[in-house]
Amino acid sequence: MASLPDNPDALYGDVIMDHYRSPRHRAPLRSADVEAEEFNPFCGDRATLQLRLGRPRHDAPAIEDVSALAEGCSIIQASASLLADNLHGRTLEQAADLSQLFRDLMQGKPLPPVALSELGDLEALEVVRQYPVRIKCALLPWVALEEGLRRLSRRSPAGG
Amino acid sequence: MTATNGDPHGSSYGALTADDVARIRMDFPVLDQLINGKPLVYLDNAATTQKPRPVIDAISNYYLHNNANVHRGVHTLSQRATDDYEVGREAIRRFINAPDSSEIIYVRGTTEGLNLVASSYGRKFFKAGDEVIITGMEHHSNIVPWQILGKEIGIRLRVIPFTDQGELLMDEYESMLNERTRLVSVVHQSNALGTINPVSSIVEMAHARGIPVMIDAAQSIPHMPVDVQAMGADFLTFSGHKMYGPTGIGVLWGRADLLNEMPPYQSGGEMIRSVTYEETIYNVIPHKFEAGTPDIAGAIGLGAAVEYLEAIGMDRIAAYEQALMRYGAERLAEIEGVRLIGTAENRGGVLSFYMESAHAHDIGTILDAEGIAVRTGHHCAQPVMARYEIPATVRASLSFYNTTEEIDALIKGIDRVIEVFG
Repeated sequence: MASLPDNPDALYGDVIMDHYRSPRHRAPLRSADVEAEEFNPFCGDRATLQLRLGRPRHDAPAIEDVSALAEGCSIIQASASLLADNLHGRTLEQAADLSQLFRDLMQGKPLPPVALSELGDLEALEVVRQYPVRIKCALLPWVALEEGLRRLSRRSPAGG
Repeated sequence: MTATNGDPHGSSYGALTADDVARIRMDFPVLDQLINGKPLVYLDNAATTQKPRPVIDAISNYYLHNNANVHRGVHTLSQRATDDYEVGREAIRRFINAPDSSEIIYVRGTTEGLNLVASSYGRKFFKAGDEVIITGMEHHSNIVPWQILGKEIGIRLRVIPFTDQGELLMDEYESMLNERTRLVSVVHQSNALGTINPVSSIVEMAHARGIPVMIDAAQSIPHMPVDVQAMGADFLTFSGHKMYGPTGIGVLWGRADLLNEMPPYQSGGEMIRSVTYEETIYNVIPHKFEAGTPDIAGAIGLGAAVEYLEAIGMDRIAAYEQALMRYGAERLAEIEGVRLIGTAENRGGVLSFYMESAHAHDIGTILDAEGIAVRTGHHCAQPVMARYEIPATVRASLSFYNTTEEIDALIKGIDRVIEVFG
């Protein structure tokens, strides 16, 4: 059921509050294959993302370890924590696909039928769409992910 | 118009009564609306104030009846537009008690006023090794222009520190003044803390060493009497939209002898007296600094805003807003988990606060759901946030159209925040 913007309880639901209060995967990695940091200069929010890749399986290495550290409001923290939770075991290509799917979710674009199972508990962030000024909070960790992936593909043009 | 007529700063009148405020609110059409089903409680006046009907009418009257370019045509409309544009300038001169209306330069706002002085005065009079003194509670617009100039010609920025309450350490300031100091550029009222700085003392100490002083009055001029001669300032700048006028217009006031010495800031039409390919002779002040077609409607609207404020009386406005701020500060202090940032003895209608349990943006969203508009973030004063080691604050900033009931609504809204975030 769509919730109304005049009920902030809708925004601050169980999943978001759980990931805000106990964010996962915040510890920095000692070594990382993918690294990026993004800022929102208007509000001072910051998201730092690190990925470590495992050995290639069928030519595509999977993400073995993730660190997502966000400074800012509940939405950016929950988004970073959920992102980290959902990247484990994915290939870089799958990570890029998930990022696109999440963007489409936040921007209200029509989603393919497989989207719901792909997104899993990330769907809890869909409610943010009803608070347009907060969408950028939810997206910032994903912008960091996309920037990290771009950097990696520039470094090794064959990969990704 | 609701208010009593009288002398510009209304010093013979007491504070506004609840009836006065109720009548004033009717001058502001925007206030009468529901936001998310709740009556709008507009507490973001330090970002921009709402506009009273006389200002809106002055702007639409110009476009409906008098629209023409200024200082150019001999036709009737151009004459009318020029007259109204210059009447606005005279109203502003009177409002800040400047000696002469030629010292009132229309700019886009405080940011442009500061940039104009940095660019024109700074480039002409500063050299490598010179120093400019600012305070630790400046808006970014009184930091960055000096940094840019610093990189260009090698000047050094000195910053006056302040106490936890938000009061400048005047001894530190005095010890910074030296033979290399070329300018002191300070904020009158801090946008993030509300502190009203002792500008007269700041000027006195600088002048004792022959150093000119620039005042950023963006946050003070809407809320208290500002008299450039009593203050002794050399430059003063402010924005129209924070003082109930339109956006896109503001004022730089400067002493005529300084302005006359300064090169133009921008060039083109209006600012010239004669142009040949060999040489251009610049126009006199203020036109020397007003290149191109100005924001005519903005200047006319700002003139109307000044007249509106004069009619109420700046002393009465200051007294009323002080009382409202003290009430708000007391109510906020009663809430456990709320920390007021900026508790200077002498401060204006700014209630900036921090909560450990909830980030400022989350508080802002919950308050918005209750119809309450506040600013959340660093308020373009990141060094101030760093000073208190916090990422952001929630800022409720007051106007004379706000009421104690609206403060109560804010307190209730914060109770909601605590319900959600604990």
